[in-house]
Amino acid sequence: MIRTIYILWLRQLKRYVRSRSRIIGSLGQPLLFLVALGYGFGPIFQKAGQGNYLEFLAPGVIAMSILFTAIFSGMEIIWDKQFGFLKETLVAPVSRLNIMIGRTLGGATVATLQGIIVFFISIAAGFRPTNIAFLPVAFFVMVLTALLFTAMGTAIASLLEDMQGFQMIMNFLVMPIFFLSGALFPLAGLPDSIVTIASLNPLTFGVDGLRGALIGQMHFGFITDFAVLSGITALLLVVGSYLFSKIEI
Amino acid sequence: MPQKDRMDNYSIEVRNLTKKFGNFTAVDNISFSVNRGETFAFLGPNGAGKTTTIKMLTTLLHPTTGTMLVNGYDPIANQDAVRRSFGIVFQDPSLDDELTAYENMEFHGVLYRVPDKILGKRIEELLNFVELWDRKNDVVKHFSGGMKRRLEIARGLLHTPEVLFMDEPTIGLDPQTRNSIWKYLKDLNGTTGITVFFTTHYMDEAERVADRVAIIDQGKIVAEGSPEGLKTKTSTKSLEEAFLSLTGKKIREEEAGSIDQMRMNRKMWSR
Repeated sequence: MIRTIYILWLRQLKRYVRSRSRIIGSLGQPLLFLVALGYGFGPIFQKAGQGNYLEFLAPGVIAMSILFTAIFSGMEIIWDKQFGFLKETLVAPVSRLNIMIGRTLGGATVATLQGIIVFFISIAAGFRPTNIAFLPVAFFVMVLTALLFTAMGTAIASLLEDMQGFQMIMNFLVMPIFFLSGALFPLAGLPDSIVTIASLNPLTFGVDGLRGALIGQMHFGFITDFAVLSGITALLLVVGSYLFSKIEI
Repeated sequence: MPQKDRMDNYSIEVRNLTKKFGNFTAVDNISFSVNRGETFAFLGPNGAGKTTTIKMLTTLLHPTTGTMLVNGYDPIANQDAVRRSFGIVFQDPSLDDELTAYENMEFHGVLYRVPDKILGKRIEELLNFVELWDRKNDVVKHFSGGMKRRLEIARGLLHTPEVLFMDEPTIGLDPQTRNSIWKYLKDLNGTTGITVFFTTHYMDEAERVADRVAIIDQGKIVAEGSPEGLKTKTSTKSLEEAFLSLTGKKIREEEAGSIDQMRMNRKMWSR
């Protein structure tokens, strides 16, 4: 069982390492956000008395790259469905739960790696974490966020037939999750409706935990963040496994 | 190995098997059996129910009614035992393009719990068998269609199955590759006695390699027997003529699902 999970995990990792264009492509966006928004809005943010915007933004951009990578990794199942590889795993004498666990761990590992790379990019862009001792906490938040959204991607992919629905998922799920998470702006002082939407959004808690660990600014606090993130991750893993077990090809 | 659900001489035994999708009956109360060590061709026009039958035999679909035994195991009740006992080459390629030939084999070996000690040796043997050993470290996306098919056959044999299912294994391949693939399988059938169950649209191929043939049309089996027997029965000179006389000359319309669309897209991209 462990070997099954291991080989599925390893496959995800190999695919990631080999698709260099994908890695480079997916690093362009965070870099753009850091440079364009970080430097662009910096002076206004400063004038509003909120401090250094790049410091504030970097954890949000790290969370963003984890969100995108994790959802895509989960959704790779659609690709496997269409290109036939999924059949190879589904007729093998292994339980679907193990297949799902291996894939999800693989996707989450890739997303966490991506988050770590973006962390170093933001350091290169001028970001400085305030407390080095909290880096392990930041890492833990990254892992949880990565697991959560990989499981979400898997659940969605189990329901979709082909890549046609992909654009819709991007525009109506992934983008709103990112923009309404407090990754780009502080939640304090916003209209109640926006704060309510943000508190229903799991990424909000990932961003909050990451920001707390990296620069010591928080809206909800670690306990709430961890509780919400682990709760939703557990829920999505169960839903994802169920939907994955129902795939017929 | 778990207890067999029944022991007998048949490799595959199907009784009154039916599969309905909503109101549509894809497979309609079919019965047939395949002897051990036989090369068995399952023929029929598009949409006749061939792939649906293979999916049921290989645990990918649940039948609506009816019973099956594959190598003495029930695919519904004894899923894992059945899965360990067959190898399969799907109609569409099912390799991971980003992995090397060796890695694809290794992945399969681990999923099928081939013991570590013999895995490396088996992979070498089989890759040599399909003449891909010197390409073992190449990523599969650079392989031609024929090389991919050969690799899939090698992979399907890795866990020493008793039956090899192949759904249109030679579709889109040139005559050289088709010939070599059948040569591998004939050799294998001679040395290990493996049962080969395949579908094809190439009647000449079925006539040449199959010991026995079943013809399915609109979900029902319309004829079963040796290629010679079917020719005699229909007083025709070739299996193709026998096939046409049994199933009629009307062209079958089949609605294109998303998979077919995908196949077309892939063909366009690969140019």
